[in-house]
Amino acid sequence: MKNEKLSLDKNGRFEISLKVNGKPLSMEVKPSESLLEALRKYGYKGTKKGCDTGDCGSCAILMDGSSRVSCVMPAFLAHGSEITTIEGLGTVQNPHAIQAAFVEAGAVQCGFCIPGMIVSAKHLLDRNKTPGEGEIKHHLDGNLCRCTGYVKQIEAVKLAAKKLRKSSK
Amino acid sequence: MPEAKTKEFKVVNKRVEKIDSLGLACGEPMFTGDVDIKGVLYAKLLWSPHAHARIKNIDVSQALKIKGVRAALTYKDVPRVPHTTAGQGYPEPSPYDTYILDNKVRFVGDRVAAVAAETIEAAEEAVKAVKVDYEILPAVLDQLEAMKPGAPVIHDEKDSKNIPDAKRNIAAKFDFEVKNGEWFADADHVVEKTYRIPYFQHCAIEPHTTICYFDHQNRLIIRTSTQVPFHVRRIVAQALNLSVKDIRVIKPRIGGGFGSKQEVLEDVVAALALKTKSPVRLEYSRKEVFISSRTRHPAFMKLKTGVKKDGTITDMSMEIILNTGAYGSHALTVMMCSGSHTIPMYRVKNNIKFSGKSVYTNLPVAGAYRGYGATQAFFGLEAQMDLMAEKIGMDPVLFRKKNYIKLGEGSPVFKAMGEGREGVEQVITSIGLAEGMERGLKEIGWYEKKKRYAAENKNSHVKKGLGMACLMQGSGIPEVDMGSATIKMNEDGSFNLLIGATDLGTGSDTILAQIAAEVLEVPNTDVIVYSSDTDLTPFDVGAYASSTTFISGGAVKKTAEKVREMIIEVAAKILDEKKENLYLKDKQVFSKDGKRVTFQEVANTSLYYYNQHQIIASASHFARTSPPPFSAHFADIEVDTRTGEVKVVDYVSCVDCGTAINPTLAEGQNDGAVVNGLSHTLAEGIEFSPNGTPLNANFRRYKIFTSSDIEKVRTILIPTYEPNGPFGAKSVSEIGINGPLPALSNAIYDACGVRLCEAPFTPYRILMALKKKQE
Repeated sequence: MKNEKLSLDKNGRFEISLKVNGKPLSMEVKPSESLLEALRKYGYKGTKKGCDTGDCGSCAILMDGSSRVSCVMPAFLAHGSEITTIEGLGTVQNPHAIQAAFVEAGAVQCGFCIPGMIVSAKHLLDRNKTPGEGEIKHHLDGNLCRCTGYVKQIEAVKLAAKKLRKSSK
Repeated sequence: MPEAKTKEFKVVNKRVEKIDSLGLACGEPMFTGDVDIKGVLYAKLLWSPHAHARIKNIDVSQALKIKGVRAALTYKDVPRVPHTTAGQGYPEPSPYDTYILDNKVRFVGDRVAAVAAETIEAAEEAVKAVKVDYEILPAVLDQLEAMKPGAPVIHDEKDSKNIPDAKRNIAAKFDFEVKNGEWFADADHVVEKTYRIPYFQHCAIEPHTTICYFDHQNRLIIRTSTQVPFHVRRIVAQALNLSVKDIRVIKPRIGGGFGSKQEVLEDVVAALALKTKSPVRLEYSRKEVFISSRTRHPAFMKLKTGVKKDGTITDMSMEIILNTGAYGSHALTVMMCSGSHTIPMYRVKNNIKFSGKSVYTNLPVAGAYRGYGATQAFFGLEAQMDLMAEKIGMDPVLFRKKNYIKLGEGSPVFKAMGEGREGVEQVITSIGLAEGMERGLKEIGWYEKKKRYAAENKNSHVKKGLGMACLMQGSGIPEVDMGSATIKMNEDGSFNLLIGATDLGTGSDTILAQIAAEVLEVPNTDVIVYSSDTDLTPFDVGAYASSTTFISGGAVKKTAEKVREMIIEVAAKILDEKKENLYLKDKQVFSKDGKRVTFQEVANTSLYYYNQHQIIASASHFARTSPPPFSAHFADIEVDTRTGEVKVVDYVSCVDCGTAINPTLAEGQNDGAVVNGLSHTLAEGIEFSPNGTPLNANFRRYKIFTSSDIEKVRTILIPTYEPNGPFGAKSVSEIGINGPLPALSNAIYDACGVRLCEAPFTPYRILMALKKKQE
């Protein structure tokens, strides 16, 4: 499906099929529309627009397991992909270990950068169960935060790693 | 005593979870822009491409022909009411020099026209289709140049108000002198130095966003990312000739502000909504945030200080000239705080002089920014402290210890300089600086490293160094700031706390709930917080001036105490006891002889059974003083003398914020402020072309610190007990940002002997300074 050729409909839009947080979804998107705009249009408001130039990381999502900034990615490129947004990790009723760790560590201030940062952290922790501080800092490098100075966020990722190791035992 | 008090706390001073943090971490739609409103129109503004120009002719007819465009406003279509965008107490001490739209533009990025259209694309097309015929005027970009005779006059309009000297582009001025003798007569050494800082932007990650719509009664609802909802209501009403009753302002979760959202920029969205009778949404792009929202005031500062050989500071003269950009938002108050929040830090034996000006230029508009003048002035003052200590051959630590303001002492500056007017007399009622300095010196390893680095530096191109700074700030604006609260009791013994106070990510909702819970003897989760809605919550000036914990917290404490009395009154009837024999504990009311009744029963009795009434109370709070928090900062750095790069290996800040209502959140406030300050110091600054066009208005070219730019950043809370604050609390949010500029300037000097007096300390500047030193 991924390499299938898309054609514009009579309104000049693509109809793309993808999975968002495990659910199949078809989206109507303009050729110029970013994946961020499309996701927000379809109700995934957790993914944020902080700069629209791919520099702040607030719009980070996972595309087929890899972390991407969705604001500079045309939506049609997501055709056939599996997208994970912050809403796909956990909910207030049943939060993901990383979300719980961010709360516990006091890593959330205004919270605007947090969805993107948690998605980036998930990308890291999916690959590395025991990241060192340097690896965490390096991995979160693309997620700007002006509130926290990153101090408690780095702690949060360490705590999340610990929680995930515990739960996988 | 303080410690004993602290030990009794049940909810206050505890690390409870921030109440909105889980929702935020799960991506719940909590921000201004996270709602979809049916039929919403998208607003776009046309921004001036010229630094200074008069609009000779403006034609929107082509824009209006574009499909989906519903309105295109110019200065001809909106009321012309001089006002300020500064969200401050009324009447604002900032000049009334701003119009919704004007026939003159004063900087690249000034508003020219505003459109609303059914799609973003149509709105973008429409702003391009507005035809403007400009008469380009000469521009002035430097605040010193702007005061010279013959400089272009930026505010030559007749109707602006409260500009002290429009002809010389002076937006605000203030002078103050204490003279006890001849200047510098007692001094063994006089140190004179000039310091400069450039344009810094707040870089809140959420761009400014506003949605205006109408309710079923045709009232204008403004859902907006603001720190000052009540000032938004008043200033929008003023600018559009509306009545306050016609407007409701709702502040949802806010994605950071740091002062940039203390500006009322909602007027133009409201104007578009009124014109189209439709909901309208405006979201700034990052570039627009950089250029057209607000910035920190760039500063030019001259310090001249006298010192005696024994370490006595004899004279202190501070001259500061701020660049306020095209409009005078916070022009007077930031300038005055640059003196009032710094000079009292140290005793001065003889003479004190402050001379301040804020000057218009054709550059972006400065405004409130965390630190609010103190950031600018502490850069100079704390560098000056090291320079003086060096002159007399004294350890800079001991020099500061000798001179900093002590418990029970005052300063003539407190009375002379308020925010835009006379201040209040006050003495220091709590200070933990001695402990803070001791702890910081130990944590950073000051004396041990001083010796070691001196030896190590001899044979290495990487020079290591240590620097420090002492800091203060205020806690709210005395006799100006006011906050209020309402608390009501529910059937299950829980409470609703309604507050005007504005949580912009700081955690104020959480700490205010903790304060209420402490008084009412319930867990903080039994206090349901609703804040910042001008229809539903009582008044509060908003989130600025480090006021929320101290002022709004004071209001919450008073309110909770009133509710406590009401609970006791009902319980007294139930238990048939005298009120004075009753006390609250663990969601129950106890009598001294062991009788008890649950909150649930008290609430149900009052609501349903007997002498029915809602247990509810409101209270307001303002303060006569503004107890300063204090802080000592220590930096351990390396300068690579080949590349000019500075690495901050360890940064320790010890903060006396009184009782930390929530230590985790207090640490978070300080961590964030410190890293913002480090980022200012080493990386930031808006650059302009010679014609005033910003050159780096994006995150790729305006660098802010990321996680990989920090090594070790440590906040250490130094508990004290402020008798005037709620449960001993003072402010914590701003102070930390003032430290990195001077601490790093001092550390770089310690490492490699060059004194940087202009921020940011880029590798280029360091290399140039090293080169100059060699010559």
